[in-house]
Amino acid sequence: MSKVIYKVGDDISTDVIYPGRFMATVLPSETPMFAFADDKDFNKKLRTENIEPGSIIIGGENFGCGSSREQAASTLKGYDVIVIAKGIARIFMQNAINLGLRTIIAPAIEASEGDEIEIDENKVHNRTTGKSFDYEPISPARASIVEAGGLISYARQKLMEKN
Amino acid sequence: MGMTLAEKILARSAGLESVKPGDIIEPKVDLAMSHENAALVINQFMEVYKGTGLEPKVWDPNKIAIIFDHRVPAESAKTATNQKKIREFLKEQGITKFHEIRGDEGGICHQILPENGYVRPGTVVVGTDSHTTSHGALGAFAFGIGATEMAAVWALGKVLNVEVPGTIKVVVTGEFSPSVQAKDLILHLIGKISAQGANFKALEFHGPTIKNLSTSGRLTLSNMAVEAGATAGMVPSDEETIRYLRETAYVTDDIELMVPDSDAVYEQVVEINVDDLSPQIACPNMVDNVKPIEQVKGTKVHQIVIGSCTNGRLDDLAAAAEIIRGKKVSRETRMLIFPASGRIYREALELGYIADFMAAGAVVMNPGCGCCLGIHQGALGTGEVALSTTNRNFKGRMGNADAEVYLCSPSVAAASALTGVITDPRNGGN
Ligand code: SF4
Repeated sequence: MSKVIYKVGDDISTDVIYPGRFMATVLPSETPMFAFADDKDFNKKLRTENIEPGSIIIGGENFGCGSSREQAASTLKGYDVIVIAKGIARIFMQNAINLGLRTIIAPAIEASEGDEIEIDENKVHNRTTGKSFDYEPISPARASIVEAGGLISYARQKLMEKN
Repeated sequence: MGMTLAEKILARSAGLESVKPGDIIEPKVDLAMSHENAALVINQFMEVYKGTGLEPKVWDPNKIAIIFDHRVPAESAKTATNQKKIREFLKEQGITKFHEIRGDEGGICHQILPENGYVRPGTVVVGTDSHTTSHGALGAFAFGIGATEMAAVWALGKVLNVEVPGTIKVVVTGEFSPSVQAKDLILHLIGKISAQGANFKALEFHGPTIKNLSTSGRLTLSNMAVEAGATAGMVPSDEETIRYLRETAYVTDDIELMVPDSDAVYEQVVEINVDDLSPQIACPNMVDNVKPIEQVKGTKVHQIVIGSCTNGRLDDLAAAAEIIRGKKVSRETRMLIFPASGRIYREALELGYIADFMAAGAVVMNPGCGCCLGIHQGALGTGEVALSTTNRNFKGRMGNADAEVYLCSPSVAAASALTGVITDPRNGGN
């Protein structure tokens, strides 16, 4: 069971998740402190409260739209949160898969901050409201990267096969 | 069954007879572009090699292009140090398609690639920048990827696990009114299909209006295809593509054109007629919050920006200079101009546009991304409003989450600079 720690609306861009002015910071070990930097309260919560791994951020449509900056995925991966959204923009979603940030597209998801969520192989269950929601299965192309433990190890396997 | 342009290019690059949407392939890469975020790519590239006993060596130094543009000249010690590291890496690896912070060769990556003839029809281009879709204007399959994905490309020369996208055909007919441009068309399209209307899809532009459009205008369309979520935004290559490559990019070797099959299967067809299209404005804070200018004219703006990979080319500057020449930027606003490349800057100097802008009171900045992404130069004050020819108006985009950005064409930006409020450029701004 995981708790929803934050809920955002539609079209949350990578500029909101990781503002451009922090782009000179690139290392996954350093990006987490700037997550949602312009939302002072949530940024502070992430930095100062002990965020349980597996905690949930609920997004609306088109979560992660905009820039290809990988920091937007690594900044959230730093807290090991799970993003459940109605829709996720392609590049953000691919970056998330590559870095091992868990993302789930559940088109009808309804949840509020504080709700308790459980995810099984078929559905996202909101235990607080008692409602359950379908989510889109991960495509085989992306599943093989997840299975390898992220794109670095997947690419490393491919490199070794080649040599 | 026939193939769309995306399917044809991807099939060829993967060495397959044919592909269809949903197939998983590993296309070979013809050009791999990065900017300052090469610093992260280098880091991830080294990670890929860790523990393999292999010496980290990029697959083909001639197919990698690095352009410094996002933060030039460096805005911080951190950026300058990243840039220094990148230079050292490029030397070690023998990567020569490198565009430094220089007036002769520098500029924004999405301008540098086409104007140097690096992009060819029918090829696969990847870039660690979402607006890599721009290069679809020359008939390439060009898409944005993250830094780790690029590290894998540097190591292997192909993109791993690409899902072939379905294609949406956009058919454009009609003639633009004076002062209505490609930017208005693409804003209108994004407003119509929404910011996620083409997520995981390719857009393919067709119709007589596109046939008659210059490569510069096509670059504006393909550039903003990603604002509808598209993986790629492509214009089938034609005589205009050849003209651009020969006359502007000085390409002398063979150019092979590639067009979709006549019986290609599209997931959706969107038709647009531009005969009666007004100048379009994307209102805060979403690129698909698009309104015709009639609905927003008179809105006060504190900063006008002309430039970026969307609209910082010579014809954009020409359209603005035409309106500004001999007049004054209103004291109620300020005007910043960022030519998209050093070459465009020099051409604009020779043609007198730069003098026109400065005499009118505009500030002309060095080529590069400038204030487009809110890192340095031209941040907005709290409560301020910008009107910009760039491509994004997300909250915080210009460096301040408590400011607003409207997006428009160069003609609208120029006409509005004279008044300090959003102004319709048609009929001389009246
Ligand atoms: S001009 Fe703006 S949109 Fe274009 S590459 Fe630079 S930052 Fe990105």
